[in-house]
Amino acid sequence: MAAPISRADAEHVARLARLELTAEELDRFTGQLAAVLEHASDVASLDTAGVPPTAHPLHLVNVLREDVVRPSLDRAEVLSMAPAAEGDRFRVPKILGDAP
Amino acid sequence: MTAVEIAADVRAGRRSAREVVEAHLARVAESDGEIHAFLHVDVDGALRAAGRVDDCVARGEDPGPLAGVPIALKDNLCTRGLPTTCASRILEGWLPPYTATAVQRVVERGAIPLGKTNLDEFAMGSSTENSAYGPTRNPRDLHRVPGGSSGGSAAAVAAGFAPLALGSDTGGSIRQPAALCGVVGVKPTYGAVSRYGLIAFASSLDQIGPFATTVADAALLLEAIAGPDPLDSTSWPEALPPIDVRADVAGLRVGLVRELSGEGIAPDVAARVAAAADALGAAGAKVDEVSVPGARYALSAYYLIAPAEASSNLARYDGVRYGLRVARDDISETYGATREQGFGAEVKRRIMLGTYALSAGYYDAYYGQAQRARTLLIRDFAAAYEQFDVLLSPTAPTTAFELGAKTADPLAMYLSDVCTIPTNLAGHPAISVPFGVGVDGLPIGVQVLAPALGEAVMFRVAAALEEMAP
Repeated sequence: MAAPISRADAEHVARLARLELTAEELDRFTGQLAAVLEHASDVASLDTAGVPPTAHPLHLVNVLREDVVRPSLDRAEVLSMAPAAEGDRFRVPKILGDAP
Repeated sequence: MTAVEIAADVRAGRRSAREVVEAHLARVAESDGEIHAFLHVDVDGALRAAGRVDDCVARGEDPGPLAGVPIALKDNLCTRGLPTTCASRILEGWLPPYTATAVQRVVERGAIPLGKTNLDEFAMGSSTENSAYGPTRNPRDLHRVPGGSSGGSAAAVAAGFAPLALGSDTGGSIRQPAALCGVVGVKPTYGAVSRYGLIAFASSLDQIGPFATTVADAALLLEAIAGPDPLDSTSWPEALPPIDVRADVAGLRVGLVRELSGEGIAPDVAARVAAAADALGAAGAKVDEVSVPGARYALSAYYLIAPAEASSNLARYDGVRYGLRVARDDISETYGATREQGFGAEVKRRIMLGTYALSAGYYDAYYGQAQRARTLLIRDFAAAYEQFDVLLSPTAPTTAFELGAKTADPLAMYLSDVCTIPTNLAGHPAISVPFGVGVDGLPIGVQVLAPALGEAVMFRVAAALEEMAP
């Protein structure tokens, strides 16, 4: 089993998850996550050699439906719920830097 | 009055939907101030819907099997034009542009939605204390939690606000609050009920299901919402076999799950489960102990799998298309600030846990290993169901605990779901039926588990337990 989670790990994970945590939250979560992962050591110690993973309880493959034209969501209704919209689009803060 | 009785009266014109709805709304107005089952009560919408049902009856038409029956909806079910918050700040003020299939189906069958009920934020929790809008209290004892995450729906039914409610169950979120509030709660077979419009927590585990005061009412609601849905590619492609609520258990083989008894289960809860087993035996069932070894580590596997799926599902809350945005100069900082401010502690904790379990270097040790453990558990259940028609266990390890008792210790809270989680991992159905009270006078639920699509036999056993309950 992997080593228990460190504060540096927690910081890295928060970055991956796009969570801007406070220092207090990072401290608290580091300890709490370590406790949960410690509890998970019973799963880690199982002999699972040759056991396939289960990602989903139903073994459905190639689920098909009739290709029928039906109304989609109302654009105005959807955009009215956006934090910011412009014309027919969602408006977002700057994604790329200024051109050199 | 039960849902079966209300629907029969309304269909026959003996009682109007409007008077039924008004009586229930009056109860909400009178006592939901202290219980806080609802986040949003839709008085106008409910009265309009009742008017439509009454008009239908006046025209000599049949409004359907749920005619005039008030229903409470967990606030993670999308309702077009009605607030749907998941008890999170990040969705405050959001009005969905579409309605969940399960909600659509109950409305088409004549039910009257009264409003949206409180939950642990994004259905993550076992006490409804993780709501951003304040906790729900247990109608049986206002100092105690109603369980969770569907605590608002359980409390609404227990308080008599509505005879029926819909909840969602990812690791026990219908059955555990049903047990703690003294009502019936059902987690159907995975895929039996469309998840379209249920805001996703852990997609391979989530399932919508009923709350009711009686087993027959729960069956009525399940039959209304079950069935394939082209809008959910994980819905089971065939109709659910007809449900049977005859209290007839003669000759049925009932297995008492050894791993879900003893250690960690309060003695008064264990005693009620033993009494239920004895009662089934006296009614003609063959009761014996059975071992499901995987049930021992199901909780650990669940707390890797469910957060992993949640960390992926909740990536969509980025302040772009809906919900809260905390604006910063660039998009990446906007994501971080929006999610920091919009999510509560438990949601952040699970996103962290899931992201960690899926991250490079840990994926196989945590998530991969948990998925293999899930396979082992499913094999253990399959072996048990070769010898038994249904399995029996406690629903929750204790009766309702006091508000605040477990909020500081996430792991202690997670253990509330130790008996319910194995079912979700396997995709099987299970039901919680009230079966007496504990030493504190609070309700205790007994859980009946069945194999996939085994609802028919599961409801028969539940009906028998209901009949024999002290």
